Amino acid sequence: MVEIKKVSKAYHGKWVLRDVSLQIRKGKITSLIGPNGAGKSTLMALMGRLLKKDAGEIWIDGKEIAAYKSNELAKKLSVLRQTNDIRIRITVRELVSFGRFPYSQGKLDREDWEHVDQAIAYMGLADLQDRFLDELSGGQRQRAYIAMVLAQDTDYVLLDEPLNNLDMKHAVQIMKVLRRMVDELGKTVVLVMHDINFASWYSDEIVALKKGRVVKQGSCDEVIRRDVLREIYDMDVRIQTIARQKVCIYYQ
Amino acid sequence: MKPKSKLVLLAVLAIVMVIVFLFGQMGSNWSYILSRRLVKVAAMVLTAVAIGVSTVVFQTITNNRILTPSIIGLDSLYLLLQTIIIFIYGSTSLTFAHKQLNFLLSLTLMMLFSLLLSSYLFRRERQDLYRLLLIGIVLGTFFGSLSTFMQVLLDPNEFLNLQGRMFASLNQVNGDVLVLSLIVMGGLIGYGLRLVKYLDVLALGREQAINLGLDYYGVVKRWLMIISLLVSVATALVGPITFLGLLVANVTYQVLKTYRHVALLWGVIWISIIALVGGQLVVERVFAFATPLSVIINFVGGAYFLYLLIKERTVW
Repeated sequence: MVEIKKVSKAYHGKWVLRDVSLQIRKGKITSLIGPNGAGKSTLMALMGRLLKKDAGEIWIDGKEIAAYKSNELAKKLSVLRQTNDIRIRITVRELVSFGRFPYSQGKLDREDWEHVDQAIAYMGLADLQDRFLDELSGGQRQRAYIAMVLAQDTDYVLLDEPLNNLDMKHAVQIMKVLRRMVDELGKTVVLVMHDINFASWYSDEIVALKKGRVVKQGSCDEVIRRDVLREIYDMDVRIQTIARQKVCIYYQ
Repeated sequence: MKPKSKLVLLAVLAIVMVIVFLFGQMGSNWSYILSRRLVKVAAMVLTAVAIGVSTVVFQTITNNRILTPSIIGLDSLYLLLQTIIIFIYGSTSLTFAHKQLNFLLSLTLMMLFSLLLSSYLFRRERQDLYRLLLIGIVLGTFFGSLSTFMQVLLDPNEFLNLQGRMFASLNQVNGDVLVLSLIVMGGLIGYGLRLVKYLDVLALGREQAINLGLDYYGVVKRWLMIISLLVSVATALVGPITFLGLLVANVTYQVLKTYRHVALLWGVIWISIIALVGGQLVVERVFAFATPLSVIINFVGGAYFLYLLIKERTVW
């Protein structure tokens, strides 16, 4: 379980997160939603120790993240930001093999390569594994990055806007894979999501942030409600139930 | 061709160059000539390793293939130190004339400088490497201007003494500091070997490196220290020559086409040796010392630099 207690973060004297407290349950998909500038990505970066928090505590499986050795945490939690511009020319298989670095320190043994092969197969990248990353489409590249995280074999997977710039087909593909990772492999996935309908359809829990504070936290049914969404986004959202799932209509 | 066979080929070529340089056109007084050439070759090999390795690592850390360590002002700091010493104490002073002492002094100063720069900048997060580079450029320019200012005030004879230190020259290698350099380089190699495995991960960028469990700032700081010491050794041995690094590093990327640093580092070492020893061979035996090697390197390096800037950046 991830427990965030009264976490705050400021950039240049401006608070981006203020006293945020929440819990992320194990074995679920939790989506962070909210308008631009709500602090979703910052919160995720703090959980992934990519940034340092100014106040508060983040406990992962009963230990504060500052108490972890970085390498130890890398076996427990992986984090992927939305901008991944890797400048080196590298194949999919090589990228995925980097996921084993916390275990192998660069010297992969047979077991490491098995993990790499499994991750590649799981993401359906077997045909593409020897292609270079810069030859792939956005969706394929996103899958390659997720495969790397999968090879890292962590209980917690944090993804910042994994659907960014993906078309419908690839977005659905990614979400289905994440769902399977949770249901079959027992991972805990935390996502920053922009598309509220993707969040509603695939998540177990939703955390809504606005201006650096948690506005609402709960199951999809509790958060995807007209009054709650109006508070978060300052706009009227119609909610309809399709196939027993809530869908928001906000285009008018 | 596989990177491994390319590396073997490069190694053979480098060794052939060294042998030709050592034993070609010996003449009768071979023992004297050989001992002089040995010193020269040793200095060149050390310089080649220092410049090649420091540039490749620096480019990996900064994720940029047109930078060299000279951008954070290490070269200009060396020149400033030499200028200050000669300005205050004169060329006959112990600190200028005593080469070992001078070497150790420059080494310490350059190391302190890079340590100060990196620890000041990494104290707060989000202070990224680009700010370090920017401050380095500003300080480098400042050091340069300060040196120039003092140089115009110098006595012309004193200035001539200083000029010997200002330009890289392989014809008058600073042999007195060879043993010291060897010791420093040996220590650095021993220390750096344990950090080589992190370079591939560093090349993925800061966030990926942290995600994969690297103590990012610690590793970068340690590499910056090593880089500054390598540059000091090279500069003390032959003078400011970091431009060579740009040339050999990029040739290495083009030849090997890999991201693996074990291969890249070996590659850049061999290619630097080929460039330096081969270049010096051409200077001595073809141009008959008419053109100094640094001029050739700067000319070829400059042309190559322009080519890099103009060429599309797709092969990165």
